[in-house]
Amino acid sequence: MTGRERPVYRVRWLPGTDTLLGTCHCGAERTAEDPVPLWEWLLAHPDGHRAPGDQTAPLATAAV
Amino acid sequence: MTSFARNQWYVAAYGREVGRDLLARTVLGEPLVLYRTEAGEVVALADRCVHRRFPLSESRLDGDRVVCGYHGFTYAPDGGCVYVPGQKRIPRTARVASYPVAEQDSFVWVWIGDRALADAAAIPGAPWLADPEWTTVSGMEPLDARYGLLVDNLLDLSHETYLHGGHIGTPEVAETPITTEVDEEAGIVRVSRHMNGAECPPFYSKSTGIEGRIDRWQDIEYHAPCLYLLHSRIAPEGVAPGPDGDDGGAFHVEIVYAITPSTENTTYDFWAVARDFARDDEKVSTFLHDSNRAVIMQDVDALNILEKVIATEPDGYQELSINIDTGGLAARRILARLAAGEQAPAGTVAR
Repeated sequence: MTGRERPVYRVRWLPGTDTLLGTCHCGAERTAEDPVPLWEWLLAHPDGHRAPGDQTAPLATAAV
Repeated sequence: MTSFARNQWYVAAYGREVGRDLLARTVLGEPLVLYRTEAGEVVALADRCVHRRFPLSESRLDGDRVVCGYHGFTYAPDGGCVYVPGQKRIPRTARVASYPVAEQDSFVWVWIGDRALADAAAIPGAPWLADPEWTTVSGMEPLDARYGLLVDNLLDLSHETYLHGGHIGTPEVAETPITTEVDEEAGIVRVSRHMNGAECPPFYSKSTGIEGRIDRWQDIEYHAPCLYLLHSRIAPEGVAPGPDGDDGGAFHVEIVYAITPSTENTTYDFWAVARDFARDDEKVSTFLHDSNRAVIMQDVDALNILEKVIATEPDGYQELSINIDTGGLAARRILARLAAGEQAPAGTVAR
């Protein structure tokens, strides 16, 4: 993200898997198998977001 | 109780629907009457006479003024009352609300909220609909369902495989992983699904003439709350855009929806299909119109059923969301934020 661009949150469904990869505009990434907690984590930026390259543990799938 | 995002632009009609006859529409629960002045300007007024609330849409025009069909109260295009029967004094409160309007891309947009905040420059564009280089078919279907159900429907196109098989659905739509992007500040959700070597559904094989498998790209751009764009690219398998961006080997269809809440449980489903091929072929136009309307009616039937289920269920039903819902969840959250009048992103994901 540059100073002129608006922040964009991205979720990729990794091909061949059930896994979603969330990427925050700050560079923090996290995987999950449930989009609800993944959006909650992304949109909580900067809470729980670490520096790019510092892998954050996968989010547990919600028990529903 | 649904709350609407009021300080937003919504499509009230196609420009072609608004003329010298009085047109009734209800947007965000507000009854409106729409017409054009003799100079061609669109006017949107509250559709209730201040006197005994008779619908002005059931009345008549006298020049640029609306004359109430019950007792003759007469309103100027700004909503001010200029005549009441039998007396010279016009009460100070004799006025109906007038609403900012803007015509863009064949649509008439209306602003129901605080008029001081209405900025027509903020209306998102669907330029293909008014571009002579594109050919468009369009329509509007009323929906007896809350608008959020149509947003859910359009943000998750995996339902095409099951609800619209034989028209636009093929197995690949539900099977292909999506990428979802959210631009929180702009209120835009993008969902991309690129299917290479996919089956060609009749909607595209009959309109493009392609035989065999296709590369089918679906790139959704949802400008909350009202405008939904589906950039659809269809090409024979293996035909990619050139390095200079030239994409002459592909067929492009811009599928546009305007999703306008009418009441808590009813919605206007404006739809348009614009194409850059077979532009003068009336048979293709008729086919795409009829096919797309058939698909829309499948959605209307399904969502009307769903509305009845939701309206009669006890509180507290817990939905289950999976990967295909990633875009719809993002849209729900943005809509909730807009309806709450929040200026900055905050809160939790709407489940």
